[in-house]
Amino acid sequence: MDLILEGIRQAIHLLFTLDPEVLGITALSLKVSGSATLISLCIGISSGTAVALNQFPGKRLVISLINTGMGLPPVVVGLLVTIFLWRNGPLGSLEILYTPTAIIIAQAVIATPIITGISMAAIQHLPRELRLQILALGATRLQMVWILIREARLPLLAAVMAGFGGVISEVGASIMVGGNIKGYTRVLTTATVMETSKGNFEVALALGIILLILAFLINAILTHIQQRERPR
Amino acid sequence: MRIDGERILAANGLMVRRGGVQVLDIPSLAIEQGKCLTLIGPNGAGKSTLLLALACLIKPSTGTLAFKGQRLASDHDLFAYRRRVAMVFQEPLLFDTTVFENIAAGLKLRKVKHAEVERRVREYAQQFGIMHLLQRSARKVSGGEAQRTSLARAFSTQPEIIFLDEPFSSLDPPTRDSLIEDLHRILHETQTTAVMATHDREEALRLSDDMAVMHTGSIVQIGSPEEIMNHPANDFVAAFIGMETVIPGMVSSSERGVLTVSASGRDILAVGEAAPGEEVCLCIRPENVTLSTAVADRTSARNVFAASILRIIPKGLYYKIEMDCGFFLVAYVTRQSLDDLSLHAAQMVTASFKATAVHVILK
Amino acid sequence: MKQNRLWAFFWVLLLLGGALLVTAPASAAPVQKNIILATTTSTQDSGLLDVLIPIFEKKTGYFVKTIAVGSGQAMAMGAKGEADVLLVHSPDAEKKFIADGFGINRRLVMHNDFIIVGPPSDPSGIKGAKSAAEAFKKIAVSGALFMSRGDNSGTHAQEKKLWKAAGIDPEGQKWYQQTGLGMGQTLNVAAEKKTYTLADRGTYLAMQKNLGLDILCEGDISLLNIYHVIEVNPAKWPKVNAAGAKAFADFMVSREVQEIIAKFGVDKYGSPLFFPDAGKPE
Repeated sequence: MDLILEGIRQAIHLLFTLDPEVLGITALSLKVSGSATLISLCIGISSGTAVALNQFPGKRLVISLINTGMGLPPVVVGLLVTIFLWRNGPLGSLEILYTPTAIIIAQAVIATPIITGISMAAIQHLPRELRLQILALGATRLQMVWILIREARLPLLAAVMAGFGGVISEVGASIMVGGNIKGYTRVLTTATVMETSKGNFEVALALGIILLILAFLINAILTHIQQRERPR
Repeated sequence: MRIDGERILAANGLMVRRGGVQVLDIPSLAIEQGKCLTLIGPNGAGKSTLLLALACLIKPSTGTLAFKGQRLASDHDLFAYRRRVAMVFQEPLLFDTTVFENIAAGLKLRKVKHAEVERRVREYAQQFGIMHLLQRSARKVSGGEAQRTSLARAFSTQPEIIFLDEPFSSLDPPTRDSLIEDLHRILHETQTTAVMATHDREEALRLSDDMAVMHTGSIVQIGSPEEIMNHPANDFVAAFIGMETVIPGMVSSSERGVLTVSASGRDILAVGEAAPGEEVCLCIRPENVTLSTAVADRTSARNVFAASILRIIPKGLYYKIEMDCGFFLVAYVTRQSLDDLSLHAAQMVTASFKATAVHVILK
Repeated sequence: MKQNRLWAFFWVLLLLGGALLVTAPASAAPVQKNIILATTTSTQDSGLLDVLIPIFEKKTGYFVKTIAVGSGQAMAMGAKGEADVLLVHSPDAEKKFIADGFGINRRLVMHNDFIIVGPPSDPSGIKGAKSAAEAFKKIAVSGALFMSRGDNSGTHAQEKKLWKAAGIDPEGQKWYQQTGLGMGQTLNVAAEKKTYTLADRGTYLAMQKNLGLDILCEGDISLLNIYHVIEVNPAKWPKVNAAGAKAFADFMVSREVQEIIAKFGVDKYGSPLFFPDAGKPE
């Protein structure tokens, strides 16, 4: 118990004194996971919508793959991304391994199936004839897709929150592809693991608490948008 | 098929296959400008499919459409056409926003200027009596109000043709009646051509200038409501439009436009053109059958038969009397009459109907 | 109205995302600038590199990516050409590494020592043992709990060597437990369960205050923990940053750095954590 209290005390201390290293780690976490979520959002919503709206051979298989992808173990993703990015791998010449970009890539790979799967379900859940009604109003196919996305905005925002939640708390892939380099690729989760393995449990707890606060704040904002007061 | 009046839409060889099954087969159909054509028929007859095909919302397997004489061929043609027509479905399918935004939806898609959008939304909200709901969330309006919104949304783009797929079937009768009246009025005021599917006969009669009866994907009869209601082309149409008595028989003689038809050992007089020996079907509307308990005096009705009442079925405002005259006969009577005549099952009565009330269908 | 706000929000998000990506730290820097240093967790945890790396970077303009894994994994990375220079402390494995042609210029940098720690009660009575191997034998015989790192690290390698010297095979024995974790965590587990364990002095000193474990055996020559810097062989892997690796290795054995090493930790722990050895005979 004292450990947790001590952890809370440390967290407050680190935040209030604006400890530069902690601030840097927090900003990097936000930047990396935010970027990954943004990329996944763009790819995920568009592909989820595309799969939901179109008929094509093998559609069942694709849906199964997407649903499987939602449960991809992050460490496996980390390993695969590492193999692609390291020097002697296919993308080695890009020199991306052990950079924040690598973490963004790995996290995007983790979050995209989640957002795709939920988006797909959200669009499929809309009334079947809504598409026809929108076209009947004179919409182009693009306008129709945009309106459908707007109609499904509640579950789509939930998808974004699920994707963000999945990556801000991710550590296995982040350590593998990022290398946990001080001041460069060290994020809240990887720093927490490091401090734990060093035995600095209070610091680890403090970082964990800061991570929770960060995740909560972001989700509070997104929830507010999602549940925004509809007109009377 | 009518050829007078300007053709606003013409379909040829329209066929739709779904899952290997032919669901629509229309060799030709012409929609007249400014008129309201209703499609009636049972569920699964293909009414919705035909509407979607005419509105170019689904692609037919084969067939062509011409709008105001111009063939609709390319994707661009189809898109331009879709922008000049509108469709309303059985469910209002409103968007999750205000009533105002819903009505404005079609206009906003066309990038109409804000001031004009405001003006038109208010105008059509007024027409459909929902001005007071403009700022209400679409999720919080009643079924009737929602369908009014859907109609206002469709009309606000001032379409040249409006397609309606059973727009009133999920509404309760009073709401339905008031909406039918409003729609009728607006269609006439704006001279908008309408094609509407319904399975309700009264609705069809109220709104149509022309009627088309559909059955398993084809149009079996098309014409004015009177034509259809009183001169059904075959027994399917007859049964559908409510001619409850259908009697098969054979013409025994024909004299000056009056036929004597032998059916189940009785002779029935009907007005029509047929040669003796021909097999026919006689259809009689229940409303045209009169019952009396007294021995018949001389009446103008040429067909008078003794009948035994089989069943009396209450049907809301009237009663359906099923009788056996040697052939099966159905009559409708009011509650008043039922009481006055003290009608009951197994009673013997006299049933009579005019020769002109008998509709002859050649087999 | 509401639709416009949603649109605006969407675009703001997109722009923000774009800006974030653009201002992300240099990712596609030329090969020459980045050096991948593979080293051990205990080296990193000691904090020595946090002092030395910035000095090196400022001096030479290189950007050092320190990847802290176990000695085993570090050498595996070097063997695949995925690291430029190694700073490890697993002498036997290192010699094989050089023999296999994966590394060149293996140079002595520094040493610290391992210590055997355990509960103050010392149930196996290893205090005063004449050698580390003897201490290990006593632990095995008495069946007292021993916590091993079990992770192929330099520490683990040393520990296995000592078991071999004591003629004991601890694998599978009830009293022999393996954490698979780093040094700091393993010490915490050992303290919690009151077991013996082998630790490097640096990590132990850093955690001593809260541990509750005593040093029970030290100073034996077999407990020396020797660090070497090895450059990955560019002949085998042309893509390695050979110039950078050499620069870093030279830096580590330079007199200036050796002096820093000698003084590191004194103010905090009263004694230095490492002893500089560059240039001395093996």
